[in-house]
Amino acid sequence: MSDTPFRILPKVNDRTRHFWEGGREGKLQFLRCPHDGTYVHPPTPFCPVCYRKDLAVEAVSGRGRVATFTVNHQPWMPGPELPYVVAIIEIDEDPTVRLTTNIVGCDPDDVKIGMPVKVTFEQHDDEVWLPLFEPATTREG
Amino acid sequence: MPFDPIERKSCISGVGQSDVGRRLYRDPLELTGDAALAAIADAGLTPADIDGIATYPGPMDQPPGFSGGGLVEVQDMLRLNLGWYSGGIEQASQLGPVINACLAVASGLATHVLCFRTVFEGSAQGEKGRSSVMPGGGGGVPRAAGFMQWNLPFAAPSAAIWIALFAQRHFDEFGTTPEQLGQIAVNARKNAALNPKAIYTDPMSLDDYLESRVISSPLRLYDCDVPCDGSTAMIVSHVDTAPDLRKPPVRVEAVATALRGRPSWDQFDDLTTMACRDAGEQLWDRTDLKPTDVQLAEMYDGFSFITMAWLEAMKFCGRGESGPFVEGGGNIARDGLLPLNTQGGQLSAGRLHGFGFLHEACTQLWHEGGDRQVPGEPEVGVACAGGGPLAGSFLLTRSR
Repeated sequence: MSDTPFRILPKVNDRTRHFWEGGREGKLQFLRCPHDGTYVHPPTPFCPVCYRKDLAVEAVSGRGRVATFTVNHQPWMPGPELPYVVAIIEIDEDPTVRLTTNIVGCDPDDVKIGMPVKVTFEQHDDEVWLPLFEPATTREG
Repeated sequence: MPFDPIERKSCISGVGQSDVGRRLYRDPLELTGDAALAAIADAGLTPADIDGIATYPGPMDQPPGFSGGGLVEVQDMLRLNLGWYSGGIEQASQLGPVINACLAVASGLATHVLCFRTVFEGSAQGEKGRSSVMPGGGGGVPRAAGFMQWNLPFAAPSAAIWIALFAQRHFDEFGTTPEQLGQIAVNARKNAALNPKAIYTDPMSLDDYLESRVISSPLRLYDCDVPCDGSTAMIVSHVDTAPDLRKPPVRVEAVATALRGRPSWDQFDDLTTMACRDAGEQLWDRTDLKPTDVQLAEMYDGFSFITMAWLEAMKFCGRGESGPFVEGGGNIARDGLLPLNTQGGQLSAGRLHGFGFLHEACTQLWHEGGDRQVPGEPEVGVACAGGGPLAGSFLLTRSR
């Protein structure tokens, strides 16, 4: 944990716990509607398509692609070593589900739009595992 | 057009602005009063005529200096008797309150509405600068809730980062270049040199821009607006009061507020544009005028890329074509096809947060721009505000 940078952590509640705690078991999890298959993110009590409420927590593969990114050089606040990459990831299961996150495990200059990535979790306490992403060298990688 | 847009019963009868400075260290309520009284006088009215107030974002302590106070303080300070009032942050951009005011006077709930926006971010940040007002920069470490929980844990606390993500996608998809984006900042600086209230007036070349440090790629220092102190106000009046006003009012031809994509920075369906896409579409559905009729454009530049998105959203160029449109700077110069951000924008004239653009559009349409007046006595202009999921726009015409 000594390499773990300072982070402002999310306020975990019943609606978001599955997302922030999924990393405990290495799982990237979203709410999903069992009726029409819609992934619901950010989580809400209703399926935004059929408006039913019996949403279930479901793990996805943790794989996705970089929809866009920025290499941040500005020290806004205590945090990761500069420069660091902030990216929006589209998950493989549904590219309309996006996460703003960091790309780690590679040189910031190597990040490209469309690049395949896979999730890696950064644990902070007993309820927050931040889903970060690293390059996936192959679609299987 | 199958209907008669009700906003045409409204007009802008006067504008006013306080002193504007990087750090004034003055009571923001005083700045607000200065702007309000100037706007009321500009319209040829007195405070007793004002029966409505509208503002953005209402009282907020955080971030420091973001809000100079709510409408209650102003109502009481000026002892106004109101038929209608509205303030808050969940609106169609920073100019949302002015749009609401247009609808309020058209409905008869008020006749003359004072609209204002006051900031003192320059003083609030003080000499310690931006990082002093970021989470974790002053005092305890909060936990992030609401939409910030999806950004803050990933060290993305600033709209500079959120907008950079859109800009990078635009660069990637359409081949937009730093040299093209830089024209927004260079053009703003040229215009600011002619605005006595602008913050930054030293000449800036495209090379200066390209040599400035990267904040969040592809955005550089000069792509980011400058925090300042100041208050901007305008009076929205019913058009039937025109004979009572000091000068022919600026007519409101159309307003737009649409938000058809998801109200989010990262879940919006098209990452090369923002809510401005929807407001732009809606605006042209409410008028018979065309983008080619517009003679000046005052468009939000909290970050330069937002202006690029607005240029496309308002159909001054095609989707993805804002880069070629601004290339070389000729089209957007004061004597060009579409004079842009003629007061210097927020990039160089100061982050008056949306209201500065509407103030400038009216000033130009009254031909009161002084040294920076757009030539040719322009009669049609637009003012647009907001980035990300915020967008509001005005199509304005000079009374004839």
